[in-house]
Amino acid sequence: MTVRVVLPAHLRTLAKVDGEVKVDVDAPVTQRAILDALEDRFPVLRGTIRDHVTHERRALVRFFACMEDLSHDSPDVPLPDEVARGTEPFMVIGAMAGG
Amino acid sequence: MSAIRVSVGTRKGAFVLTADGKRKSWDVSGPFFAGWEIYHVKASPADPKRLYASQSSGWFGQLIQRSDDGGKTWEPVGNEFAYDGTPGTHRWYDGTPHPWEFKRVWHLEPSLTDPDTVYAGVEDAALFKSTDGGKSWAELAALRNHASAPEWQPGAGGMCLHTIIIDPKDPKRMYIAISAAGAFRTDDGGQSWRPINRGLRSEGIPDPDAQVGHCVHHIAMHPTRSSVLYMQKHWDVMRSDDGGDSWREVSGNLPTDFGFPIDVHPHDPETIYVVPIKSDSEHFPPDGKLRVYRSRSGGDEWEALTNGLPQRDCYVNVLRDAMAVDTMESSGVYFGTTGGQVYASPDAGDSWAPIVRDLPPVLSVEVQTLA
Repeated sequence: MTVRVVLPAHLRTLAKVDGEVKVDVDAPVTQRAILDALEDRFPVLRGTIRDHVTHERRALVRFFACMEDLSHDSPDVPLPDEVARGTEPFMVIGAMAGG
Repeated sequence: MSAIRVSVGTRKGAFVLTADGKRKSWDVSGPFFAGWEIYHVKASPADPKRLYASQSSGWFGQLIQRSDDGGKTWEPVGNEFAYDGTPGTHRWYDGTPHPWEFKRVWHLEPSLTDPDTVYAGVEDAALFKSTDGGKSWAELAALRNHASAPEWQPGAGGMCLHTIIIDPKDPKRMYIAISAAGAFRTDDGGQSWRPINRGLRSEGIPDPDAQVGHCVHHIAMHPTRSSVLYMQKHWDVMRSDDGGDSWREVSGNLPTDFGFPIDVHPHDPETIYVVPIKSDSEHFPPDGKLRVYRSRSGGDEWEALTNGLPQRDCYVNVLRDAMAVDTMESSGVYFGTTGGQVYASPDAGDSWAPIVRDLPPVLSVEVQTLA
């Protein structure tokens, strides 16, 4: 399945991409599956969204999709069908912080 | 014709400043990595076109960038800094045990002889080494496994390993410094370490002979006289003539002996520079006057260098890695401020002029003298 991913500007710069990124993910489409595919395609993003080893989400990174904050969901919970079908993007967000 | 390249790390990106040997007219390139904190940029002495930069952010963590063309273009390399084994605990601010957690790279020290070998000093304090140009990093864990490590405690800026000095005469001898653990030395390439803090006296440490717990801000060494070390401590400017085995205070007539940077003249091992800062908490120059102090006697006797520096209403700080010297015959001295100025002196500190005035707060300044 082809999933659309929206990256924050700094990570787009690192990955040398403009706009959305598309990654192929086997079902079930989960946060972990998307991030695994994303990091396989863009190794430079390893460690910038989640920890290298524990794969825990970095504290000031959030995951949004379908108008919901999914940041605190288990990384293995299937994401909404709209994300899996590619009609809605999976959004990686740099949290508002720092004033 | 010689040329000068000054690499500047700031809170919001890196800048590369270049000039010919006259050091009057400067080109400014950057910002590189705009919006990211660049704690340190340093070139390889073995390959002047090879630069390493520490890029970090509270959002997206740590990256290491490498340039192979003198800072014109950059490529991210490895960014995995995994502590060796199961990290133990150090002492937290409140005295309780706190697990070691990687936060960022404060200092990058390229090998003197191999452009692909580079050391990284990190927070929480540890020393890492790469031998493949920064692609992969391995901890030299004997330092963090030192028996005193559970007693190490962070300074106000975090528990950072901020100073790495490689002895040019003996590559197996290295010095490092940690806030607020103190200075350590290895004589076997990092397989074992010992604290070298004898003679340091620090307020707040009840034991005047404590082997660790000292807030060392920076250490400098002249490459031709590697047994002599100069230290700017939280308070006190110190000198060692025996490779750190013992220290004596050389603060002398400084207006305040608090500060962060310290550096040595490239052609005179007895000429050293500091920037006295009013503190504990103010962290700005006394009387609103930005003054570099120079000693031509290896300490004790100091003169204020003010020509071209603001002598009223100046309340910036100069951080520990934000001073450097070039190796021109008439040696240049450079420093950057938290107000975004980078000052240069082409005459060993006698006169100063800003290269740039309005960068983001400057975290680090390094300089290369290019043939």
